[in-house]
Amino acid sequence: MADEPDYSSRVALPPRTRVAVGGAREVTESLFTSGDRKKKIQGTIFLGLLLFGLSIALISIAAMITWAFVAGGPRLNTNLFTNVPSVVTPENAGYRTAILGTLYVIGGVIVLIVPLGVGAAIYLEQFANPANKFNRFVDLNIQNLAGVPSIVFGILGLAFIVRGPLSLGFVAAAGSLTLALLVLPTVILASREAIRAVPSSIRDGSLALGATVWQAVWRQVLPAALPGILTGVILAVSRAIGEAAPLLLVGAVTFVTFNPSFFEGGYSTLPTMIYSYAKRPQEELQVLAAAGVVVMLVLLIMINSVAIYLRNRFERTW
Amino acid sequence: MSTSVVSPGASSGGAPIRSLEAPGPRIGEKIIKAVLWATATLSILVTTGIVISLLLPSIGFFQQVSIWEFLTGTIWAPAFANPSYGVLPIVVGTLTVVFFAILIAVPVGLASAIYLSEYASKRVRKTIKPILEVLEGLPTVAIGLFAFNVLTPLIRELTPFLPWTGPFSIGVAGITVGLLIIPLVASVSDDAMRSVPASLREGAYAMGATKFEVAIKVVVPAAISGIIAAFVLGISRAIGETMVVLLVAGAGNPVLSFDPTKGTQTMTAYIGSTATGDISQGTITYDSIFAVGALLFLMTLAMNVLAMRLVKKYREVYD
Amino acid sequence: MSETTTPSTALPEISVSADKVTSVDTEPKNTFELRNVNVFYGDMLAVKDVSMAIPHNQITAFIGPSGCGKSTLLRSLNRMNDLIPGARVEGDVLYHGMNMYGPKVDPVQVRTVIGMVFQKPNPFPKSIYDNVAFGPRLQGRNGNLDDVVEEALRGAALWDEVKDRLKDNAYGMSGGQQQRLCIARAIAVQPDVILMDEPCSALDPVSTGRIEDLMVELKKTYTIVIVTHNMQQAARVADRTAFFTVLANDETGSRTGVLVEYAATTKIFSKPDDERTENYVSGRFG
Repeated sequence: MADEPDYSSRVALPPRTRVAVGGAREVTESLFTSGDRKKKIQGTIFLGLLLFGLSIALISIAAMITWAFVAGGPRLNTNLFTNVPSVVTPENAGYRTAILGTLYVIGGVIVLIVPLGVGAAIYLEQFANPANKFNRFVDLNIQNLAGVPSIVFGILGLAFIVRGPLSLGFVAAAGSLTLALLVLPTVILASREAIRAVPSSIRDGSLALGATVWQAVWRQVLPAALPGILTGVILAVSRAIGEAAPLLLVGAVTFVTFNPSFFEGGYSTLPTMIYSYAKRPQEELQVLAAAGVVVMLVLLIMINSVAIYLRNRFERTW
Repeated sequence: MSTSVVSPGASSGGAPIRSLEAPGPRIGEKIIKAVLWATATLSILVTTGIVISLLLPSIGFFQQVSIWEFLTGTIWAPAFANPSYGVLPIVVGTLTVVFFAILIAVPVGLASAIYLSEYASKRVRKTIKPILEVLEGLPTVAIGLFAFNVLTPLIRELTPFLPWTGPFSIGVAGITVGLLIIPLVASVSDDAMRSVPASLREGAYAMGATKFEVAIKVVVPAAISGIIAAFVLGISRAIGETMVVLLVAGAGNPVLSFDPTKGTQTMTAYIGSTATGDISQGTITYDSIFAVGALLFLMTLAMNVLAMRLVKKYREVYD
Repeated sequence: MSETTTPSTALPEISVSADKVTSVDTEPKNTFELRNVNVFYGDMLAVKDVSMAIPHNQITAFIGPSGCGKSTLLRSLNRMNDLIPGARVEGDVLYHGMNMYGPKVDPVQVRTVIGMVFQKPNPFPKSIYDNVAFGPRLQGRNGNLDDVVEEALRGAALWDEVKDRLKDNAYGMSGGQQQRLCIARAIAVQPDVILMDEPCSALDPVSTGRIEDLMVELKKTYTIVIVTHNMQQAARVADRTAFFTVLANDETGSRTGVLVEYAATTKIFSKPDDERTENYVSGRFG
């Protein structure tokens, strides 16, 4: 072993590997200079630190849920779902129109993102030539869009959907469209991942039997990728349900006392309504805001459970 | 044997020879491909839309306020009778949030990632990852409310020596955003560390290295570009966070100050609170929303591009 | 066999052959004729200057060391290479005298005529029945396909083993059964040719034996071209064998496959003309 020349100098290693190889060497050499006992203690302390970090995250979740139930407790009754918003009689105010608004907005989001997101993912994974410059540009663009702050999508919605070319006004449809564009990159990226996880041998097998690319996709690849796509869509939708910032700009902040409609009249959603209540000074409205958080959390935990169930149920090892 | 065109050669070969031509023009296939192409290309329209919607009003804004005055001015008072458009106070607000967020999210996120990638069993991973994802998916308005009602009093209690004043604090907002981005930092770093080939780890283990040494001296250095990418993505997310800041730091008048115990505005909070109010289109205040939005967009874009470069770097080495 | 009429029957036969016949004096008994075929991946020449004729209703084996381009060449015979971005074929690949890369030729149609079985069994994650029925359904046959499925499974010597569990998921079968299912799936499309890309490389010796027996049976109906890295397999089943080797260019790092020798299998394994073939088949190389 002593005769062996230094590995890293024998072969041309890329920079990152060289660091790793150097690290490996350093570790090995240090073994011959210090005691074992010390290493063991070090490892334990480190593990403790890691677990501590992890528990901060988990405790935060637990604390938040507990707080919401305690602070919102007095208002957790059916009035919460049946009564309309009010600042005049805060003790009777509820979330009915906001919950309906959320259903409208999210319904629109689902209708828009499923075909658009899955379609784009299919194109990029199954039809597009990855070496083509335009396709690479589309790919990069989607990754970038996924990182654009949500409030910027609110600006887009304000300038292009509420006003400007579409001029829908401050209506639920505008909120829907804005949120759909916001979560679209997420849906595309998640669907692509699900489609990519289907082995190419399934596609090749179909094509070798005389399927066109679309037939291979529609009859074999897509069914196999469906649970994954569904999980991605659900997670994206749950993000959209909790999203408030872009909706502030496209009108979802009115105290609507009538059931909303999709294309006319003001609307509100659960998260923006919670924000509107929280901003007010009245103590009752603070309780109401916390109760709203409970409703939203229960809704989201239910939706996320479905996603987790789907993932574990259909996890396939090829 | 099968239905097909029989060519003259078939009689001598004995087998029917089938045509290699398409049985039809496959118009459906072409239409579907075109539609799918259009859905993929839509994302470019969205980006273009964002750029145009930010750019046009910004041009109007910068015809009245010089870019220099905007970028270096220290007073942000667009709604005042004597308005001033120096963006620095709200930029400093944003940077304060980023600073405190990173202070929390980097150590905790990295530690969680090392644990998940190097120590946790498959079963533990399967339990913890979804929980972290739930945290990531929590509505920020809920987190903001929780932070304002629970975290702020708690931190005040723990630090009576600090000069706390009103109910709002940009520092607590930063810490809260930090909690929010822990899952992001953890999962991106975890991915990077898990893509380090097992052979590197095994090489070190074979020489008797402990888990701790392998994690710190082999895996973390090997995955460093991915880990930095995780931090950069976290920063980008912190810059863009709106609801937590609105709720915890308030939407009061921004003053150029680095004091984390005071409430102030960030760029996002300015946009969020101003656009909600009744301001008419065409005014300079209205346009200022878009100018701030453009700056915000550029800052996050730079961070995202940097993160993508870093991720590409480690992918190139190991994939 | 009764069949629905496919649109291709409506085409005037003379126009079809007139468009595609680039050479009138093709050996009628040859299914394929390759003339100076080069296959490129981007700028890289993967297979260089192959000329050979592949006879009808026989088994032709491609052998050679890994990287010699035998699989690449096989995939150019049913245009599977079209699916790899940057791949292109130069020279003439004639199928019964028709240029397979001619302007009017449809790669999808090509693959219904020239089927393929892959290295690793790749059944669809569906029932055995649906796997076999997939090809016929693609061709628009939506009625009762029981007869078609049974016939294809019998053709692949699988019927007796699976007739009671046609609705079971194909993933529950053994590797050898899965591969025979893939053969049945290919037969159900009623191709003229079956290409097999190392079909036994993932299988145990018993399963391999069954597939080899099946190949000998199948050549009565189909022309078979098989890529194998197992020389004994080629010696056992193939009528003709082509030996390929790889030329490595150390300066550019490129590796190009070339055809060294192509003859009757007995000749390749007993008294080959080329020294490189002799070295390879006697195990002194590769």
